[in-house]
Amino acid sequence: MAITDDVLVIGGGIAACTAALSAAETGARVRLLAHKKSTLRQASGLVDVLGYAGGDGPLSDPYAGLDALPEGHPYHVVGEDGVRAGLRIFDEAVGDAYRGGHTDSNALVMTHGGAVKPTARYPASVAPGLASSSGDTLLVGFAGLTDFDAPVAADHLAAAGVPFSARGVTVEFPKRFRADAKVTRFAKALDRDEDVDGGTVRSVLADTVAEELDGESRVGFPAMLGDDHDEDVRAELSDRLGVPVFEVPTGPPSLLGLKLEDILFDALDEAGVRISAGNPAVDFEADTGRVETVVVDQKSRPTPYSADQVVLATGGLVGKGLDSDRESVTEPVFGCHVPHPEDRYDWSDPEAFGDHAFARFGVVPDDELRPTDEDGEPHFENLRAAGGVVGGADVAREKSASGVSLATGAVAGRLAGEEATR
Amino acid sequence: MKKSPSVLVIGGGSTGTGIARDLAMRGLDVTLVEKGNLTHGTTGRMHGLLHSGGRYAVSDQPSAKECIEENRVLRRIAGHCVEMTGGLFVQRPEDSDEYFEKKLEGCRECGIPAEVLSAEEAREIEPYLAKDIKRAIKVPDGAVDPFRLCVANAASAVEHGARIETHSEVTDVLVEGGEVVGVEVTHQTGTGPYVHGEPGEVEEIRADYVVNATGAWAGQIGDFAGVNVEVRPSKGVMTIMNTRQVDTVVNRCRPKGDADIIVPHETTCILGTTDEEVEDPEDYPEEGWEVDLMIETLSELVPMLADARTIRSFWGVRPLYEPPGTGTEDPTDITREFFLLDHADRDDLPGMTSIVGGKLTTYRMMAEQISDHVCEKLGVDAECRTADEPLPGSEDFTVLRDYMDDFGLRSPIGRRSAQRLGSRADEVLNSVDPNPVVCECEAVTRAEIQDALDTAGTDLNSVRIQTRASMGNCQGAICCHRMANELAPEYDEKTVRASLDDLYQERWKGERHAMWGTQLSQTALKHMLHAATMNRDEDPAAADADIDFAAFDDGVASGGAVADGGRERAADRADDDALGGADGDN
Repeated sequence: MAITDDVLVIGGGIAACTAALSAAETGARVRLLAHKKSTLRQASGLVDVLGYAGGDGPLSDPYAGLDALPEGHPYHVVGEDGVRAGLRIFDEAVGDAYRGGHTDSNALVMTHGGAVKPTARYPASVAPGLASSSGDTLLVGFAGLTDFDAPVAADHLAAAGVPFSARGVTVEFPKRFRADAKVTRFAKALDRDEDVDGGTVRSVLADTVAEELDGESRVGFPAMLGDDHDEDVRAELSDRLGVPVFEVPTGPPSLLGLKLEDILFDALDEAGVRISAGNPAVDFEADTGRVETVVVDQKSRPTPYSADQVVLATGGLVGKGLDSDRESVTEPVFGCHVPHPEDRYDWSDPEAFGDHAFARFGVVPDDELRPTDEDGEPHFENLRAAGGVVGGADVAREKSASGVSLATGAVAGRLAGEEATR
Repeated sequence: MKKSPSVLVIGGGSTGTGIARDLAMRGLDVTLVEKGNLTHGTTGRMHGLLHSGGRYAVSDQPSAKECIEENRVLRRIAGHCVEMTGGLFVQRPEDSDEYFEKKLEGCRECGIPAEVLSAEEAREIEPYLAKDIKRAIKVPDGAVDPFRLCVANAASAVEHGARIETHSEVTDVLVEGGEVVGVEVTHQTGTGPYVHGEPGEVEEIRADYVVNATGAWAGQIGDFAGVNVEVRPSKGVMTIMNTRQVDTVVNRCRPKGDADIIVPHETTCILGTTDEEVEDPEDYPEEGWEVDLMIETLSELVPMLADARTIRSFWGVRPLYEPPGTGTEDPTDITREFFLLDHADRDDLPGMTSIVGGKLTTYRMMAEQISDHVCEKLGVDAECRTADEPLPGSEDFTVLRDYMDDFGLRSPIGRRSAQRLGSRADEVLNSVDPNPVVCECEAVTRAEIQDALDTAGTDLNSVRIQTRASMGNCQGAICCHRMANELAPEYDEKTVRASLDDLYQERWKGERHAMWGTQLSQTALKHMLHAATMNRDEDPAAADADIDFAAFDDGVASGGAVADGGRERAADRADDDALGGADGDN
């Protein structure tokens, strides 16, 4: 006998979590089917909504760019209300861990390469270092970490014309690790405040940086200042240095992304969402145009999950919610239609940062976010899609990845919940 | 003291650097000019096969004999550039017995050790060979790293006093009184010890003798001198797999044809190739059907290739040459022998010789012959020593030490660094502290990157080909910017950024030929990391317009204390929880 819920959400990223939270708000009994760890570990932890549209940007007002987006963009399907609904659910889920909700304006944050980019929400640890806030800045990198070169990043910020002075220094981390140690090892040492020559990791690091400080009013580190006890680490460093300390978001493995994943899963628990994690959805059964059950491959034993409504939030190409071979692009769970150019050389542009068709691959939603077939008809009456599996947005170029996930997740989850509890 | 005669070598590929080394070791005053970086042309675009000669044992026996001879020499002098994988000529049921016998006989006639294996024996060596193969011939094929080889030759030449100039394109050949007396070069951008001129600067370099070792480009140099060198450039595609499906070179045992070889190379396999004449060695179509042909045809030998992941494809041009009047129609029939064209004898233009044809495996022999020729012309009496003296990095390369403990590096990083660096491992790995891993996919550390920068200047492509950094599964998604960061503080931020952009675009070019399946997923991640996370596509530093910073959220309203969440899931995060190498799987 299948496990039965009102709403079944397939996926484990921002879109899936938002859809589940949104559906739960309607009073529906919701289950999240997550496979592997989400792609959040590869994301910066920032929540971009819209930074560039129609050749304009960086946009200080993300809503101002909505009209300039191309036809078929998921933001046009969900509208400005959908975008706002997504942000509301996010803000409520993360509480004080994230900032930016006090205004409709984007902030400009420093990237680990030293560029600046527009984003709507940012972790509390990033907030003191906004590039859109003044304050002469000292960036600190570590000799054993190659991903962030503080002097290069500082000079890059200056080249972008930031309204403050930026200077970078490279220091030795107070504790030596083997040469291929990951950032998590550095974060743990700060978490535990391990003993080192001359004190503890935190105190010696603060002493080292204090010697470099030359009147700057804030100090930035790559985002590795603790994991379990990140707020303590940052508070103690700020206290010892006498100026605010902030984190610069990094590439994978991204502690900020991983922490966001934890926060969202905590919010799911709190909202009473059931979670079945660790196994992939591989198949389904349908009857008269409705998905009846989703089949999960539990260690090669197929397990059916049935629900009144289903939300597909398995991600895009990165998350493997879309698959491809030399001839075609497919949506592997339900076989939904994914339009793509016939010649695979038209899937990408010769310019690395060109207009890539692959970036917009995904299912085509109707006005209720139901994936449609080649004729524009919904594949299934009760299947909706959210996040990266939905096509039509080049989220990397627009800086809209999290926003699209939040907005489509909020709307798909609400519609699914309302249908199921009607 | 009598000044030693001066020779100018044009071309920084294996032949050119081989000649420069040889002549410099004989005491001549050598200058080498190359329009790009070292290996810019054909040398940097081959599949890395160290020929046993088996490939030519039927069709071209003189080439086959040269190959087996040089195969042995290179194992001796360039141990850190060579991996002796062994090779198989595999016969499928539809391939003729007659040709199989001819191949075997040919190998024996040319002195190539050859052993017939049953299908079962062949599959013991290579378990993924097709179930229905008939039998195979085992030969001493191997894999060679053309980049390392070329750089080692250049380094040795410099040690013997040669001047090497990269990014210096020959824009004219100086002819005075019916004699070649030197060249005019135009220096281009690129910084580093092998670039001495300023961009745009034109320099005349005079020499007692000029050697044109530009391979597929030899005709263009000939044009400058007013002589006709009819090279027939022929393109071939090579498709790189993300793992080694085979550990032995696998050849198809049939007369000729496209897509008939798989070469294991470092962590990858390279599928090759096609053979199609092109007009211009710089500008020819790179087509998707060629990639499909590699996968489809070679999966007849190794079926798992049909669904395996490719990470990119690239094309190279062969510098084929045949003496005038031969009239061969099919480029696969043109001999792989090399030819010295002394323009004094041939065109009544003393002072210059062109070298054309040949192949990487015989580069040293070609260099020796042309150096003999040059010495004879200049009346220099000096012996060639290149077959006996190991290249830098290959001295005392008898035992691979486990560098794991010495350098605080985990295997396989230490082991792979030691393999790449050979006898230079100690010196290089000890030069930098701390020595973090920069490229996780290919296990390349900062020390190796810094060592390569010594000869590469700001050219990260040169760093890439010397070290393999950014050549793995993620195709630079995780490490391109880390490699660029290694340029600082010697170079400023703008230079770091420009070098990164160059490398990123170069990586993209080849990866486009692999954009489906898992690699497309990887590509999408790369696009996200560089465009979304780093905002490199809309980088305000590169844009003209000023940003109105005041119009953006300055975070002021976002006060309030935040309690430590004590989120317990974080506690489960082990040290090794991080992304090891990049992959789109997560």
